[in-house]
Amino acid sequence: MTRVMAHIAMVMNLDKCIGCHTCSVTCKQAWTNRSGMEYVWFNNVETRPGLGYPRRYQDQEKWKGGWELDRKGRLTLKSGGRLRRLLSIFANPIMPSIHDYYEPWTYDYENLTSAPLSADTPVAPPRSLISNEPMAVRWSANWDDDLGGGPALASRDPVVERIGDRVRLDFENAFMFYLPRICEHCINPACVAACPSGAMYKRSEDGIVLVDQDRCRGWRMCVTGCPYKKVYFNHKTGKAEKCTFCYPRVEVGLPTVCSETCVGRLRYLGVILYDADRVTEAASVPDDRDLYEAQLSLFLDPRDPEVAEAAARSGIPDDWMAAARRSPIHDLIMKYRIALPLHPEYRTMPMVWYVPPLSPVVDALAGSGHDGEDAGNLFGAIETLRIPVEYLAELFTAGDPAPVTASLRRLAAMRAHMRRINLGEEPDPSIGARAGLTRDDIDGMYRLLALARYDERYVIPTAYAAQPGSVEEIGCSLDYDGGPGMTGPFGEASGQPVPVAIENFHSLKQRQTSEGVTHERVNLLNWDGKGVPKGMFPEKEDR
Amino acid sequence: MSWTEIAFWVVAPYLTLVILVGGLMWRHRYDKFGWTTRSSELYESRLLRIGSPLFHFGLLFVILGHVFGLVIPESWTGAVGMSESLYHVIALVVGGVAGVCTLAGIALLIYRRRTRGPVFMATTRNDKMMYVVLVAAILAGLMTTLLSAAFQAHDYRQTVSPWFRGIFVLQPDAGAMIRAPWTFKLHTLVGMLLIALFPFTRLVHAFAAPVGYLFRPYVVYRSRGAGDHPAVRAPRPGWDR
Repeated sequence: MTRVMAHIAMVMNLDKCIGCHTCSVTCKQAWTNRSGMEYVWFNNVETRPGLGYPRRYQDQEKWKGGWELDRKGRLTLKSGGRLRRLLSIFANPIMPSIHDYYEPWTYDYENLTSAPLSADTPVAPPRSLISNEPMAVRWSANWDDDLGGGPALASRDPVVERIGDRVRLDFENAFMFYLPRICEHCINPACVAACPSGAMYKRSEDGIVLVDQDRCRGWRMCVTGCPYKKVYFNHKTGKAEKCTFCYPRVEVGLPTVCSETCVGRLRYLGVILYDADRVTEAASVPDDRDLYEAQLSLFLDPRDPEVAEAAARSGIPDDWMAAARRSPIHDLIMKYRIALPLHPEYRTMPMVWYVPPLSPVVDALAGSGHDGEDAGNLFGAIETLRIPVEYLAELFTAGDPAPVTASLRRLAAMRAHMRRINLGEEPDPSIGARAGLTRDDIDGMYRLLALARYDERYVIPTAYAAQPGSVEEIGCSLDYDGGPGMTGPFGEASGQPVPVAIENFHSLKQRQTSEGVTHERVNLLNWDGKGVPKGMFPEKEDR
Repeated sequence: MSWTEIAFWVVAPYLTLVILVGGLMWRHRYDKFGWTTRSSELYESRLLRIGSPLFHFGLLFVILGHVFGLVIPESWTGAVGMSESLYHVIALVVGGVAGVCTLAGIALLIYRRRTRGPVFMATTRNDKMMYVVLVAAILAGLMTTLLSAAFQAHDYRQTVSPWFRGIFVLQPDAGAMIRAPWTFKLHTLVGMLLIALFPFTRLVHAFAAPVGYLFRPYVVYRSRGAGDHPAVRAPRPGWDR
């Protein structure tokens, strides 16, 4: 009998991403605004074609992330088996250095007020947060945003390199799109498999991949193991940290911070059921191009009575089954088949999927003077505009253009169909039929993708049965001793970690409730983000 | 036997053991979060890639040599036909090479730590103190090896080893230890200090050696924890909601 597991997954509709980085910023503010984490972006938005973050992370011949099949066809970590991992434990030979990300910096603001009188306006020179030395800012997390740096940078995109020379000049006019990335919370996570301490784990209830901070010993193998380079090393605490899928929010039925704050409303969250016993089998299919289909074959239909029965036996609660039946994720991936996984060839079975962008095609049509929303033009353009499709196929289907084309055709059919309705023309059933869609399908897709109502985008069951109204986010409980800035006996990296939410809560409260004005001066350059130095906020008044 | 001799060779070893075991238990209970290698590879990896394996693999052989020399009685190696002089040649060569590797490794690591700005900035006072004791222990150990190579070889398996084994059967033979030359005494004393420091310095990461990795399934699943509540950590003393 199948062992059914539930997974909370995400789908992003790339057509709607405007590259505003709101998700990255709100995520950083919520999770990684601490010392040691300056360079860490649990969520980042990359311009494609581009280098990505860290630079060229997709070049697995260099970084050795993910899995591969050994000579006998068995799944092994690309960076080597268990023994080889342990033998390289004293100096991980394939870990990105801080320069592959970027050297974080701050500005010496004190210079603005303390510079001697001169004819020039004083500036705040940049200083490295790693070495405290003055530095020239040369790179950061999205330096090549909007194709900044031009073809010189974009042609070094590993995906472009794989497609070949001929696109290098062409794509520049043809297309560009944004790719927001978080941890993929893979079904077959290579980071978890690479962790020597067993500190990383996949939660059996909702599939979220987490790092146990008390068990992590800082061996850094997860950083190598993850092909998406979404596990980061906190250089202050010496521990790995990664996207938590905002589990404190998801547990109480709230969407993740990146989803909640997305102005384009392009993120979807929901439950999807999968067959846990067949994961290894699906991840070991010989041909990379079969991995997309293999992963699809893992997913189970929650409306199927047999699946429901197996799910009940596997201990999946009824409200989770109800959520699975309403799940936008299941619809986008399985029903409409428009969402695709990111780099299935890494064999990690990622669980953050993407609806490929049709806009590059529409733009190219409009740019050449054609009607970009006419069904005939669109269908034809998807076939002829080979380069965007090839590029998308390298990202989403290990190079197989068929699923990408099919997905784009459905999006095109929806667009053309809805335009006829908007213009008051007769709906043409042949448009949908050419992409294999019924009228109901198109209406459903339109509702989900275009209207994108909040309660249809996010269908998140709570993690536990509870009385209505009693479920709250845990963020600001004060169940720890010391207070912000508390450190252990061996400096700031020891003792109990202070929850981020509590650090923020205290500093905000202090800032908002004090009335006086401080006259002390704080040199922000020398502040490492821990605790509250004297003079940063006005004195607390005794009441 | 003078009181210092009793303090050094009877009291100190047990004190060391108590501090080591008690310290590890305390650190495990109180400071699991601080139990890490505190790697600086992110800042600098070229020197680390040479120095760290040199030091650590050298050290593993040094530890193996210590086990061989201290735990296995001379009569056993004699019984399998290994003569005293042969044993000494092996111990000298293996121990010498491993010791020199270890010393070269730590020298490179300390050089890196001092000269690479970000690495030096991440070095605590605790680390510096630890390095002094660690280097002292390695130097004293190498000295015993090299001196016995250059001059009269001392058969420490007649003196240090019986004393060491005696500790664990609660009969430390201080008399045997007293007969050892001063170099061995120095190395033993610094060694005990180093062992006592383990739980309180970054050396504690040695006790996190991930041997279990070889035997566990690749992907670890863990339950959120049953119950009608959000995922929580164990309650800690302090304020309550």
